[in-house]
Amino acid sequence: MSTDETGQDGTGAPNTGAKSAAAKADIHGQGKGLVQLITPSGERVSHPEFDPWVQDITDEQLCALLEDMTVIRRIDVEATALQRQGELALWPPLLGQEAAQVGSGRSLRTDDFVFSSYRENGVAYCRGVDLTDIVRVWRGNASSGWDPYSINMATPQIIIGAQTLHATGYAMGIQNDGADSVAVTYFGDGATSEGDVNEAMVFAASFQVPVVFFCTNNHWAISEPVRLQSHIQLADRAAGFGIPSLRVDGNDVLAVMAATRVALDRARRGGGPTFIEAVSYRMGPHTTADDPTRYRDANELEDWAAKDPISRVEALLDRKGLLTEALKQQVKVKADAVARDMRTGCTTMPEPQPMDVFKHVYSTPNSWLDRQQDHYARYLASFGDPAEAVSEEGAR
Amino acid sequence: MIKEFRLPDLGEGLTESEILSWKVGVGDTVSLNQVIAEVETAKAVVELPSPFAGVIRELHEQPGTIVEVGKPIVSFEVSDDAATPSPAHGTPASSPASPASGPAVQAAQEAKRQPNLVGYGAVVESSARPARRLRNLSPMLDSDSPRFPVAGPVDTRPVETKPVETKPVDTKPAAAKPVEDRTPGMEPAETRPRSTPPVRKLAKDLGVDLTLVAGTGPQGLITREDVQHFLDGHGGGAAPEAAPARVQARQGERETRTPIKGVRKFTAAAMVASAFTAPHVTEFLTVDVTPAMELLAKLKGNREFSGHKLTPLTLAAKAVFIALRRNPALNARWDEVNQEIVTFNYVNLGIAAATPRGLTVPNIKDADSLSLLQLAEALTELTETARSGKTTPADLTGGTISITNIGVFGIDAGTPILNPGEAAILALGAVRNMPWEYKGEVALRQVLTLSLSFDHRLVDGEQGSRFLADVGAILAEPGMVLTMV
Repeated sequence: MSTDETGQDGTGAPNTGAKSAAAKADIHGQGKGLVQLITPSGERVSHPEFDPWVQDITDEQLCALLEDMTVIRRIDVEATALQRQGELALWPPLLGQEAAQVGSGRSLRTDDFVFSSYRENGVAYCRGVDLTDIVRVWRGNASSGWDPYSINMATPQIIIGAQTLHATGYAMGIQNDGADSVAVTYFGDGATSEGDVNEAMVFAASFQVPVVFFCTNNHWAISEPVRLQSHIQLADRAAGFGIPSLRVDGNDVLAVMAATRVALDRARRGGGPTFIEAVSYRMGPHTTADDPTRYRDANELEDWAAKDPISRVEALLDRKGLLTEALKQQVKVKADAVARDMRTGCTTMPEPQPMDVFKHVYSTPNSWLDRQQDHYARYLASFGDPAEAVSEEGAR
Repeated sequence: MIKEFRLPDLGEGLTESEILSWKVGVGDTVSLNQVIAEVETAKAVVELPSPFAGVIRELHEQPGTIVEVGKPIVSFEVSDDAATPSPAHGTPASSPASPASGPAVQAAQEAKRQPNLVGYGAVVESSARPARRLRNLSPMLDSDSPRFPVAGPVDTRPVETKPVETKPVDTKPAAAKPVEDRTPGMEPAETRPRSTPPVRKLAKDLGVDLTLVAGTGPQGLITREDVQHFLDGHGGGAAPEAAPARVQARQGERETRTPIKGVRKFTAAAMVASAFTAPHVTEFLTVDVTPAMELLAKLKGNREFSGHKLTPLTLAAKAVFIALRRNPALNARWDEVNQEIVTFNYVNLGIAAATPRGLTVPNIKDADSLSLLQLAEALTELTETARSGKTTPADLTGGTISITNIGVFGIDAGTPILNPGEAAILALGAVRNMPWEYKGEVALRQVLTLSLSFDHRLVDGEQGSRFLADVGAILAEPGMVLTMV
């Protein structure tokens, strides 16, 4: 990429000055350039550029996507209930973002690697994570949930946007290996204001590494609306880094799938990074400790409820005559079973033991840590009764 | 067996919560995750889902009490097998075993620890660079839904390497080849007739189906004349082609069922709560407001007020503040829980606003402290915000008294229902030129009717009447203010 090229590219020029206030207020809505294959009313609309990317999706697979989305919504409901029942300390709900997570998660290959934020529990489900592992951290029983290499997905990043750097670094590794797998990183609209995300994009563009920046624009960075954070569409920010971008209806599972496949294909072929803005909406609170009614208008929620990702796929299947009672029942049974398994796994999870704190610190032996471990074990043994030692530790 | 449910920490690090209400009673059978209570924490009002399926045996805390985290709040009778969750799914507390690190495993060398200036820091294990963990490149997950082969239509595609593009994707997918055979510019013709938005609007208004109209413009573009010509040719109502369009318009469902939700649902609940909690009394007063209208005209010519929107509402609001100071009972709230009457020493003035979504009553905070000019600005801003649907939840709460301006619809009087929690609401009627008694003669005067509803628990007829008379007196003769403040 040469500087001149960028300079001549009209889209790169700042143009917000010419826009009226009204136009600026509207840019984060369903404005221009939004890729959509299923309308909110469940109509399949054709799009010559993106249709070929999902033309292999059979009716059966469409039903499977519905099942996936329903299941992760059920996981979300169950985990929220578990938090209210004191079984989890906290939970970040994903309600409303099911299509963005399933559409992208189901486009990945096993050897691709995911670096996500804490809200991508639906992506983790698609990667095949053990249900108990999803809630392990939120129960406070471990400092991370699973072995990243078992499902090729890093454990959720709590620091906003830090995972994008990990993804770019991992993608540089892929490039060095000459492999054709891809690093995919998930983050939110708020994260695009973070330094880490910007640095990750600079490096990704510089080295043209196989990474997909998947930004779920759910319109709210806790209580901060996206219109305050960016006066241009988030997808347009990518142009400043020399990274091509797509702006897709994040509540449309097929459109998300098509966009993700386009980006993955480009990365696999050495075409470098892609930025995807999936326009969606966080219908629930930021976490179970948040009350969104204090800062946002109920009307907004009503607007987005009409664009629900699951009901539009149901409507599409209904139009095709596929939304049978049998299918509904099958999906419900699956969702209930998953919720039940997760609840059981959560409530019967053994409490962590004091010595567990030494696990997973170093991957290789470390004499200094070994010595600490030895001292600590002897200290605990001095109580005689292990239970007493635990309560003593617990009191600290 | 009996199971107790202790109040959990519902936020992050909260120590107590208030039980707002129980949704179940002793003896009720509840299912898992059924909502049993509403609880308010320092952060939010949340619903408590039942942690058990069983029968409620005891509610330990009453609504309105503040409960410490960890205290039992409800006991359940749970069948024994349901109470002990199957341990089958229990997994060890530790994370899965450390991944095999292959070449990363180095012979652990017991390096001599070098004295360190500050006394801590990890011992250097070896001088070798940290071993790199091999990335997992071989597919290994059985979870990778076989239902979604990842290949897709991608394999025959050229590589897109241009780093910046103006369009989202400019690769032409190989599978889309047939598209290229089409004549550029003709694509829309396949989906709908070529026309322009004003012409489509015209056709829609006239009930003309554009697919039946022959276009005479460039490339078959349907013009305004074509539509008109089509209609003339088939006019007179006898035209078979045009008729179906009209019939179709009537053929829709004869009743429309709209789900009750959002603003409508909220409004309904608030109105029912208000109408059946507060005993309403409504009084009317018709006033000759010609002097007030003359004052408005004078102010509009004043340099200070130029460019500002001054209306009878502005003056009426100001009159309400002055009258409230003399009749504070109307600026009050009935606090049922604490059995107290709260009299406000400030006025948050609610204005009923018709928005595209329905009725909302945003309020202007501390409106009584504003000058007439500031008040005019605040009213303009409030209505614009409401109409554009940008009203925030904070704007909608905390009102102390409301005005509804039904005059803008040409209405004279009504019996407004109180905004819940407020003691009074004033409806402003339309200003009309009416024959009216003036200096002992009948003259054409500008007349307006005020309708005041108030909560008879808080306000007696005397106070309500005096308040209404005060507002009327100010509007009838603004100079009367001098006798009131």
